[in-house]
Amino acid sequence: MATETPISTETTSPWARALPTAVRAVRLARRIGDLPKFPLFLLLIVLVIPAIFAEVIAPYDPLEAPGGIRARLQPPVFAGGTWDHILGTDKTGRDMLSRIIYGSRVSITISVIGIGIAGSIGITLGVISGYFGGRVDSAIMRLVDVSLSIPPVLLALSLATALEPSFRTVILVVCFLLWSIYCRQVRGDTLAVRQRDYIARARVSGASHIRIMLKHILPNITNTVIVLATLQVGFIILLEAGLSFLGVGLSRPTPAWGLMVADGREIIIRAWWVALWPGLAIMMTVFGFNLLGDWLRDRLDPRLRQL
Amino acid sequence: MQRYILIRFTQGLFALWVVTIIVFGISRVTGDPATIILGMDATAQDYENLRIRLGLDKPVVVQYGIYIGNVLRGDLGESLKFPELGAGGAVLKRLPATIYLAGVSLLLATVIGIPLGVVSAVKRDTAVDTSAKVFALLGQSVPNFWLGLMMMWLFAVNLGWLPTSGTGGVKHFIMPAITLGSFQIAAITRLVRSSMLETLDSEYVKLARIKGIPEWKVLWKHCLRNAALTPLTYFGVIAAITLTGSVTTETVFNWPGTGLLAFQSVLSRDFELIQALVLVFSGLFILSSFAVDILYAYLDPRIRYG
Repeated sequence: MATETPISTETTSPWARALPTAVRAVRLARRIGDLPKFPLFLLLIVLVIPAIFAEVIAPYDPLEAPGGIRARLQPPVFAGGTWDHILGTDKTGRDMLSRIIYGSRVSITISVIGIGIAGSIGITLGVISGYFGGRVDSAIMRLVDVSLSIPPVLLALSLATALEPSFRTVILVVCFLLWSIYCRQVRGDTLAVRQRDYIARARVSGASHIRIMLKHILPNITNTVIVLATLQVGFIILLEAGLSFLGVGLSRPTPAWGLMVADGREIIIRAWWVALWPGLAIMMTVFGFNLLGDWLRDRLDPRLRQL
Repeated sequence: MQRYILIRFTQGLFALWVVTIIVFGISRVTGDPATIILGMDATAQDYENLRIRLGLDKPVVVQYGIYIGNVLRGDLGESLKFPELGAGGAVLKRLPATIYLAGVSLLLATVIGIPLGVVSAVKRDTAVDTSAKVFALLGQSVPNFWLGLMMMWLFAVNLGWLPTSGTGGVKHFIMPAITLGSFQIAAITRLVRSSMLETLDSEYVKLARIKGIPEWKVLWKHCLRNAALTPLTYFGVIAAITLTGSVTTETVFNWPGTGLLAFQSVLSRDFELIQALVLVFSGLFILSSFAVDILYAYLDPRIRYG
């Protein structure tokens, strides 16, 4: 016990308090250096770099037709088109490449906001549910049942009819579905962590419930949350694309990949490239996130099984 | 066991009840549901009739009471497009086409997914395993409506091998079933692979091999029987994904099922029909997860008495 006293006085100095943080940062950096190269490369090329530098790398404005209506439906360069429009143009003459590049921003925005909101709600309720148990737990779990029993696409269809399709309805639908997935997983993990001795000890030494949940339980479920979030990005992108494709997600002229596939559907016989590129972009992005998520799961949380 | 069934059943009923509140709530969220349901070009007379039928002059709780009363009597509302059938009748009429398609695609997913998962697990870390893994991961990454569209362009428009859309013979099933099943094939492959890997490691498999039972019998009889339990737990989720995916698939291929019905009713602003669809499908989801829970409890005594 005597050895513990100097440590506890030392932790009050700012240097000593900074030390664990520094150690953690180094560990994190090492982990990142260890990350699988291929999915990261794929995501950087298809999603991250285009989203950040869209203004710099996109040859044209995504909403304007540079060549006017005469430049409509030009094929990609390898199918008889010109270098002006490498991936061709759509039915109003807008440059496909530029629209794909700007589309990455739409996907990232939806994913970040969706996971942010759904994750916060799901984690909070999941920890509360697993920690307190009893009636609170069964009440929250019944809500999870409900949210998992409404088909998301149909929910989106009915919301879009009642409220007009918009960014808001997409976020609402995504959150309505996803919070429950977080909640269920986090609850299970909390149940396991709760059994540990240090939780009982923290309680005995006078820590409040909120403190225990924030300081002792939350750090222990971070891995689950990271893995889930990574795997769900792909899911959100697919869901948003599907909703936009059906006309109940984002609305035109937003350069959303799902909307672009819908545009291409009408003219698939004359201009296959209009539907091909945005679909490829969706597939590569989701593939990258799934690869990354699988890798993270194997490393951080092998118990999680993905569907 | 009876107690367990009873509890799960009550929970299912409760979930269904909350779903009715949500469905009801969505129609009231914008204020006047009569304007949503009727749309722009309704006459004042239509408007008055609808207000009386929905009880819009009464308090919200009474309106919900009217709604739930109608639902319990089997009246899921009216439909603009199918005035003689009503919303519930229209859903029932279109349901078989969706169930056929979903059934065929689930069958396809099982027939492809299980062998692929087994082979992938047995040939672990070989080229076969890697390609199966990449194939499965791609299947989970591809947007199904896009896959359908591209297949349509290649096989129907360019090569002329398959019909572009609609129903008819066996040929009409091929592309829609693959499109709808793409995710499920991948999911089953991955689930079977991972649970096979676990089973292959177990003691009784070693014993079976020591006893000299032929390897194919060890794999397909001893291992698979146990490894198949895990994917079964996910059957509810897989069925849910299939029904959800049916909206985009049926829209792409013009398949006359409930998915296409949902898409069309948004276009024609047939609001009560969409409400009916949400309710019916939520009911189906709840029923299927109830069935899976019971089945699983029956197969695994630990849950029954846990």
